[in-house]
Amino acid sequence: MQHTTPSLQQPANTSIEKPSSPWRDAWRSFAKNKIAIAGLSIVVFFILVALFAPLIMPYDHTKPDLLNRLKGPSAEHWLGTDDFGRDILSRIIYGARISLWVGFSCVAGSILVGCTLGILAGFYGKWVDTVISRIFDILLAFPSILLAIAIVAILGPDLQNALIAIAVINVPNFGRLIRSKVLSVKEEEYITAARSIGMNDARILFHHVLPNSMTPVIVQGTLAVATAIIEVAALSFLGLGAQSPDVDWGKMLADSKSYLVQAPWTMIFPGLSIMLTVLGFNLMGDGLRDALDPKMKQ
Amino acid sequence: MKLPLLEVNQIKKYFPITGGILGRKVGEVKAVDRVSFAVYKGETLGLVGESGCGKSTIGRLLLRLQEATDGEIRFEDKDIQALSPKLLKKIRKEMQLVFQDPYASLNPRHKVEKILEEPLIVHGIKDKKERRERIMNMLETVGLDRYHAERYPHQFSGGQRQRIGIARALMTNPKLIIADEPVSALDVSIQSQVLNLLKDLQAEFDLTYIFIAHDLGVVRHISDRVGVMYLGRMVELTDSERLYEEPLHPYTKSLLSSVPVPDPDDQSDSEVLTGEIPSASNPPKGCAFHTRCKECMDVCKTSRPTFQEISPGHHVACHLYGDA
Repeated sequence: MQHTTPSLQQPANTSIEKPSSPWRDAWRSFAKNKIAIAGLSIVVFFILVALFAPLIMPYDHTKPDLLNRLKGPSAEHWLGTDDFGRDILSRIIYGARISLWVGFSCVAGSILVGCTLGILAGFYGKWVDTVISRIFDILLAFPSILLAIAIVAILGPDLQNALIAIAVINVPNFGRLIRSKVLSVKEEEYITAARSIGMNDARILFHHVLPNSMTPVIVQGTLAVATAIIEVAALSFLGLGAQSPDVDWGKMLADSKSYLVQAPWTMIFPGLSIMLTVLGFNLMGDGLRDALDPKMKQ
Repeated sequence: MKLPLLEVNQIKKYFPITGGILGRKVGEVKAVDRVSFAVYKGETLGLVGESGCGKSTIGRLLLRLQEATDGEIRFEDKDIQALSPKLLKKIRKEMQLVFQDPYASLNPRHKVEKILEEPLIVHGIKDKKERRERIMNMLETVGLDRYHAERYPHQFSGGQRQRIGIARALMTNPKLIIADEPVSALDVSIQSQVLNLLKDLQAEFDLTYIFIAHDLGVVRHISDRVGVMYLGRMVELTDSERLYEEPLHPYTKSLLSSVPVPDPDDQSDSEVLTGEIPSASNPPKGCAFHTRCKECMDVCKTSRPTFQEISPGHHVACHLYGDA
């Protein structure tokens, strides 16, 4: 048998190179992108800060010190103190926990629900698609922050509910995204091949459709963490998110709004933290997009 | 008398054209229109025709990847359309597809090992060692190396990928392989390698092929019998030799005369077809080919010629022949 089959002449065949998986290739191209790595570094920095918050906080973030109200940055209080004399650095460090936790868990929730619905809509089409897509349309018809406020108003103002609200308003974004991707992936020939082998729907979905539909979700997910952090900050700013003694960056902004002129540091540093984190996620997301989907580069 | 492995009787596939807000049916595309043929064990049946003539659709109908609108498909004397999902899975094990585009037909996120393993998993081979053994043997059978199992599709050339596609089709030990333009996406130098591989495999595994193509040279090289299709209909079906030596249907004649002859001094005029292929959503009345046929008669414009056996083993659908 072997002798009748002409040998292959491709040069790639003669040397045994390492198998390169699509993920490893993507990482390599991501690592080459300096801006993306900068974004990743910022994100990792804030994650570490959040994880080790109790160890690195110089003061208790809730402890008032009325003798040192609204003090500017100094050797004892690097970033100054707020209107109760609480250390702003400690509050920012502790606030990183909440802001990041909220960002990640909102997006995780949105991806889970959105992708499940989107995959079903894209894969099964027909009335399933119609019903799910119309639900998405309804959710998208409201201005998202207004919808979030309404949800929090119904559930009651606390951080947990703000988180749910932000997750809900992001569901249709992920749902639509993955639906459109699934629509194109399911027409690929390797899906037909899988069917012709006799594979059932569940296996086709989880082994073929899903892995090939995830890249835009990963990119969008990274960018959405940034948006979620801003949105939760906005809810907290409006008094609908974190409640005392809990603190997040949005609440810090809200608390300091009366002292904008006399103690600008109370506002600048939490604002800067939000900006930096969001910037980090955005840079990382852009890098991921370039790495995972080279076609979108132009 | 040889037994047919697969018998196709008057199958039709009409795709509805919908329009308007309510998605009303406003017409239909007759992709496959009353086509009949049989495939005998061990032979290669070629299907040729221009693009859009329905030859690929036939391949998909045979595996029930699309449901036929009407007609009968019998595989080993079992009516395929009547099968339950469970039995259908069994039949699909016996019939496998090789795809045209080796770049699109392999999942880019799966290693070759997983691509070849899936048919075995789906068809219930639980022993991992046995699966691995069979994958390795199959890789060697199709002319690849064992270490290729660890690679991803994008690391292979087109010809190598097509070998992987063929290997995947063979994993379930099928009896019938439907090859849907398996070499038309490949370089000419690689085409012959893959064609020879297909021929070798046919001898080794006692395979029956339905070979769909638009390249008449390729089809002649590999087929025992050839069916010519035009606008969803089979117009001529006969032995490969006879078709190329004495084509009967005017469409086949012009098709064959359009094959370039590798001789610069060759002066014979090729019959160039004039006009466009009519739309399959609105095929001409009578014989579908009458709008472009040189020998068109009045009867061709009104009644559709039956697909009949003119001489033993030579079927034609044309008013010029037979008693119609």
